[in-house]
Amino acid sequence: MMSNIPEIVFWLIPGLPLAAFGIVFLGLRILRLKSGFAALLSVSATAASFGLSLWTGISMLSAPGTSSLDGFNWFSSGNAITVDIGLLINPLTAIMLVVVSTVSLLVQIYSIGYMRGDNALNRYFSFISLFTFAMLFMVMSNNLLVMFMAWELVGLCSYLLIGFWFHRPKAASAAKKAFFVTRIGDFGFLAAILILFSSTGTFSIEGIHQAAASGIVSSAAITWAALGIFFGAMGKSAQFPLHTWLPDAMEGPTPVSALIHAATMVAAGVFLVARMFPLFEYSETALSTVAIVGGITALLAATIALVMWDIKKVLAYSTISQLGYMMLGIGLGGPGVALFHLFTHAFFKALLFMGAGSVNHSTGTLDMRNMGGLARYMPWTCITFVIGALSLSGIWPLAGFFSKEEILAAALEGQPVLFAIALLTVFITAFYMFRAVFTTFGGSYRGRSKPHESSAAMLLPMLVMAVLAVCAGWLNATGAIDSLLGDGTKHAWTTGIFGVFTHSLTWISLLMAAAGIFLAWAIYVKRWFSAERISSRFALPYFFFINKYWFDEIYNIIIGNKLLNKGIFSFFEKLDERIIDGAVNGIARLTSSTGSFVRRAQNGRLQTYLLFFAAGLAILVLMMVIIS
Amino acid sequence: MPGLEHYLILSALLFCIGLTGAIIKRNAVVILMCIEIMLAGVNVAMVAFSRFITPLQLGGQLFTIFIIIVAAAEVAIGLAIILALYRKRQTVDTEKTDFLKW
Repeated sequence: MMSNIPEIVFWLIPGLPLAAFGIVFLGLRILRLKSGFAALLSVSATAASFGLSLWTGISMLSAPGTSSLDGFNWFSSGNAITVDIGLLINPLTAIMLVVVSTVSLLVQIYSIGYMRGDNALNRYFSFISLFTFAMLFMVMSNNLLVMFMAWELVGLCSYLLIGFWFHRPKAASAAKKAFFVTRIGDFGFLAAILILFSSTGTFSIEGIHQAAASGIVSSAAITWAALGIFFGAMGKSAQFPLHTWLPDAMEGPTPVSALIHAATMVAAGVFLVARMFPLFEYSETALSTVAIVGGITALLAATIALVMWDIKKVLAYSTISQLGYMMLGIGLGGPGVALFHLFTHAFFKALLFMGAGSVNHSTGTLDMRNMGGLARYMPWTCITFVIGALSLSGIWPLAGFFSKEEILAAALEGQPVLFAIALLTVFITAFYMFRAVFTTFGGSYRGRSKPHESSAAMLLPMLVMAVLAVCAGWLNATGAIDSLLGDGTKHAWTTGIFGVFTHSLTWISLLMAAAGIFLAWAIYVKRWFSAERISSRFALPYFFFINKYWFDEIYNIIIGNKLLNKGIFSFFEKLDERIIDGAVNGIARLTSSTGSFVRRAQNGRLQTYLLFFAAGLAILVLMMVIIS
Repeated sequence: MPGLEHYLILSALLFCIGLTGAIIKRNAVVILMCIEIMLAGVNVAMVAFSRFITPLQLGGQLFTIFIIIVAAAEVAIGLAIILALYRKRQTVDTEKTDFLKW
């Protein structure tokens, strides 16, 4: 199994970006590196990682298998707890490695163009390298505790990069929000790790799977652990109701949004559920929770994306929606289906974000109302963006079509209501994507500054991404990825690039997507219907969508204000004021009041002192008389 | 023939009169005089003890001489203090000289 690859290769995959981070970060403070050198170092480390990941991926395709590297002992406590830093390379890991390193490499190259002229490039590239390391290490680690550490490190990088322009108050608060909201989910993940450890006695992922399979773990423990893990995944993958941080995270630089908040980190939740899928298999409750939450998220986020005017917000809600799709897929069809969508989504969504970044770079705005007609000024961006949008909408034969098709097929087999939601989401997705395409690239230019096509450093990664967004789906057209991730079985719906047309479902979903695109064309190009008329006709749903279902407001009022401010915080404030301060002040007040009472004796008149002296003497004499 | 107790009663009376005066009087000079009365009371007791208990030794009477000498010195210093006080404050009323406080 995988014996043709030396072990050192696996260690180098996360090790190289870590080394790049170390050098660039040190260089930032001590060596005062030129930023060009920092970029070169980061990109070359990631490129090497990418090469090694690709090697791993290709050899995994030809000879699937699992190899576990024990690594070295991190710490042990008593005889019960030993934690090793080791690697677990299986097909799932290999796919994630390829996705993460590909997107990371292309985004870093893109960043060279996008971030040119920023005065903190060293910091930027050191964080990106750290993120790449953490993400690669997380997907490779064979141990839940180490994985949790990398998981948190990924969250930290997300925080640092959302708040990269920390002098903007919005970016700083978005970074904090992202960190806090994902921490809520992480609490569930940590609780799940502890439940698993207390019932199996190991942190090792393989050990836990074996213990679950052997039946020594009670089904209640498995259910709670699976739900905890899913709660962690909900935080990272921005699932309803913890999705509110992702749209705000768009305050970060656009390449960061492409890498972290579209392709890799937010997919970590899906990866985590896939990694721990053997647990979910033993818990019907957990699995259906995953599917239901995924379905709700997919529809909810898609409807909000319908009415957003900020191009990155549209893409952010679209990402949430697609992550919901993946969760739906994993809940109903297993990890193969979801991971395939993760795989294709990473490419086309990163491509769309790069396109949005390119547009932003040239027009200086993210508001689609100030764009329009950009197809004339930036043809390459337009072409790649349209490819990404077609892929996301699920148009044959682009990548998104195949992966979406599988999720729909799995939903059709599993749950009719969720299938209906998924199908509706296909329509909505196609509509909002082409609403964005037509308002951005169609019509005439409405902005002020003169738009221009972006530099080669930005266009080249976009072109590569566009090729991937077209071709990535063909990999699984005959079920190669499914059989790799599953137990060797191929699903009935993977019947080749052209074979898919034998299913009626294909026609239905293509029809839905085409209807969405057609409607967007009718409204935003032909203007047969006025968008304003439609939004006033459907005032109530529009009101819901435009206010994003008031999630932020509800959280602010109920959790932020009622529960935290007026409940817990004010309780502790009162505790502090009344009891702790009260005790300190009380002692002080007692001392000073005793003093002010006693000081009356010190009136400065010698005769008073003499009186006390005489009285004391008299008392002494009296006592002596009484005693004797 | 008066006995020891008569002398001691006289001594105690003198001491108490002096003490009371020292406590209640306001004029510093009078207080000084009252202290002298207290010392006189003590002297009476000393001499009486010397006469009735150790008639052959003169320790008690000798001690009385010391007390009178020390009292003379004390009066000198006391009057000097009162004089200085008067110069500073134009009063020897102890009610008004309560500046030795917090």
